[in-house]
Amino acid sequence: MSSELPGASELVIGGIITKPGSSLEYKTGDWRVLRPVIDQEKCVRCRLCWVYCPDAAILEVDEEYVTKKGRKYKVSYKVNYDYCKGCGICAEECPVNAIQMVPEYEKKG
Amino acid sequence: MSTKLYRSLFDFPREERFVSGHRLCAGCTIGPVMRLLTKIAGKDAIIVNATGCLEVSSTPYPYTSWRNPWIHVAFENAGAVASGVEAAIKMLKKKGMLNKDIKVIAIGGDGGTVDIGLQALSGMLERGHKVMYVLYDNEAYMNTGIQRSGATPYGAWTTTTPAGKVWRGEWRPKKDIDAIVAAHRVPYVATASPAYPIDLANKFKKALDYLEEGPTFVHVLIPCTTGWRFDPSLGIKLARLAVETGMWILYEIDHGTFRVTYPVKKRKPVKEYLKPQGRFRHLTEEEIEKIQKLVDQEVERINKIVGKEVIGPVA
Amino acid sequence: MASLEVAKEVKKPKPLSTNSAVAYAVKDLDVDVVSAYPITPQTTVVEKIADFIANGELDAEMIHVESEHSALSAAIGAAATGARTFTATASQGLALMHEILHIASGMRMPIVMSVAMRALSAPISIWNDHSDVMNARDAGWIIYFVSSAQEAYDTIIQAFKLAEDPDILLPVMVAYDGYVMSHTIEPVITEDRDEVLKFAPKRPFPYRLDPDNPVTMGPIADPNWFYEIKYQQVMAMERALEKAREIDEEFRKTFGRGYGIYECFMCDDAEALIVAKTSYAATLKTILPKMWEKGYKVGLLRLRLYRPFPVEDFKNILDKVDAVLVIDRAISYGAPLQGPLAMEFSSLIVKEDLKLNLTSVVAGIGQRRMIDSDFENLVKLAWESRTKKYDRTIFYGVRL
Repeated sequence: MSSELPGASELVIGGIITKPGSSLEYKTGDWRVLRPVIDQEKCVRCRLCWVYCPDAAILEVDEEYVTKKGRKYKVSYKVNYDYCKGCGICAEECPVNAIQMVPEYEKKG
Repeated sequence: MSTKLYRSLFDFPREERFVSGHRLCAGCTIGPVMRLLTKIAGKDAIIVNATGCLEVSSTPYPYTSWRNPWIHVAFENAGAVASGVEAAIKMLKKKGMLNKDIKVIAIGGDGGTVDIGLQALSGMLERGHKVMYVLYDNEAYMNTGIQRSGATPYGAWTTTTPAGKVWRGEWRPKKDIDAIVAAHRVPYVATASPAYPIDLANKFKKALDYLEEGPTFVHVLIPCTTGWRFDPSLGIKLARLAVETGMWILYEIDHGTFRVTYPVKKRKPVKEYLKPQGRFRHLTEEEIEKIQKLVDQEVERINKIVGKEVIGPVA
Repeated sequence: MASLEVAKEVKKPKPLSTNSAVAYAVKDLDVDVVSAYPITPQTTVVEKIADFIANGELDAEMIHVESEHSALSAAIGAAATGARTFTATASQGLALMHEILHIASGMRMPIVMSVAMRALSAPISIWNDHSDVMNARDAGWIIYFVSSAQEAYDTIIQAFKLAEDPDILLPVMVAYDGYVMSHTIEPVITEDRDEVLKFAPKRPFPYRLDPDNPVTMGPIADPNWFYEIKYQQVMAMERALEKAREIDEEFRKTFGRGYGIYECFMCDDAEALIVAKTSYAATLKTILPKMWEKGYKVGLLRLRLYRPFPVEDFKNILDKVDAVLVIDRAISYGAPLQGPLAMEFSSLIVKEDLKLNLTSVVAGIGQRRMIDSDFENLVKLAWESRTKKYDRTIFYGVRL
């Protein structure tokens, strides 16, 4: 692997990283064993899961949602599975139990 | 001070400045704290990070999770490096080589702050460098594998204070770093918790706003799934339990005035905080009772400082 | 003294110690941040700089750090933010900095540091030898040894130009003898600040901490990356040799004083050489002419640029003599040759397949007195060593 990487004269000096936020290129989603699933019907858009997520893996998107009971929300919270490590803090902290942790893989045999 | 305080979670900017793809353990509560800190600090802040969990997890070359200018030099010198950054900004501005207001934030873990970095921190505080220092305290050397630090609480198992026939975990109380920092007469010292984001955000905000006057210090308790031995989903819950049991009291010392920012009328027994944590699993009922007494004493001390009962008895 | 050529206009020298000369250079370079901790015999450098700042002659932030470890750490912070940054130390202070020495070079910080060299404890000694700098020689810093107060002034200016060069970006140490030089007054010509800044204009660190171009400095590098980043230091150090030579040449053209990257004194027709540095080299220059009259055709190779080591130059010089005697003022305990510099010359001889005898002499440890007759003895020894091999390091003047 290391022979395909850039050489000393191609790299910025001193190990300096000039691309801010480049860890976005590194996906941590495959660490996950349990997957959080947000029930948009139950979700009250309190923003707590977004605040508490260690990985900024809860996305707050400007997507309107109208519940079956007719409650209208301007934003929705969605899980970014590229980065979610499946810690379950969101599900634990959700005040209305709108997030379920479900197994990422089916049990074999 | 006319700091505009946060009143709702919706006051926080949506933009992420501590981004995904870092390698903190799943469920690490440093994550939400750094996200909030950088949201509040915004773009024009230079971050100086001591060696530790956060530093290694957020900057594995060639990746970085930081959108702010960020520098790591070593373990014990964040206070000194931040002093140099601040001094340089001051002089470059004076000489017209820099035309921008830039805040300086130093971040260190408990080892890097209360132990090996204490001297550099004290120097920075004493000289009055305008640096906000954030201590993320996970109560042991987690990055090297859960060795005890000066911030490890009484009774806690660590790999260097194991619970055996003779030793029963850490036998010394946690170092009171906040009192040490406050003794430098800095404008702002606060304790905070990731479970109380508005309280936390306001403390960060004040600490940043007060920088015009001198150094500020915010000490955040960071439940550590790996080192404290609890399920990764429980980090925030434990941070909350720490406050509800009086194990961790949320206060600020604003220009010398001590104020408990989150009064607890009726405390939960410490047992509720200790039980979910593997690091306290070895404790007997008597030992838990001893920790309860230590907390009762600390609550009494705090109430005495405040001059009234802000933290109530165990319900 | 350095080879003084006729300057364009005759300037009146100031009576300055080497420490003061360094402080004057810092002032004339308009350094932005000075971060230092007091240690004998460095103290008067920082005191003098403090005077300059206190009197408004220099506008700089002085960080009164609580240790040398923090002195260099703060210097890194300042340099990384784009400030022209200076520090100074000696002995235990340099040893306490050791961890950060490697980090400063690894992070490519253009910091300049003066070192008033002093022995290392224990027992504690405040007196001069070269143990401190020799102990730090593998930390990735460019290292100069200077022999006079004037050379110290001039070299601090050259050092900043070299350190801040975008092709180099390495920290530079300028070392001289504690007390013997640091506290001895000599005539020193100082230059106008405008001229100095024209020669060495400020070049802030190109990847400095800037909110408009946020960089991450000092990350963790795994085995796939670490080696290449360290090899960049090897390349920069290699480039520094010619760059240092060019800068000295330019300095000579600008200010009328120059030193080269080493000095060979009475080398023509010499049959043996003594390698020495700092004040010993200066003393030997007064001894050698008398010794030549007595038939000892011994030259002096004065070490000035030590890191990078001028391999090709030294090879050509050594090739012309039958013997070389290397004076070390530090001890490498238990090493094949116990003079660290002697070992380097020995490896040069082997590497270049040169045919000459090398004699390793340790002297002046903890500032053990060396008077003219001692230097005469060393000249005689160098002369004898053309035909006689000394396999073991000679600890000159020690009581057994």
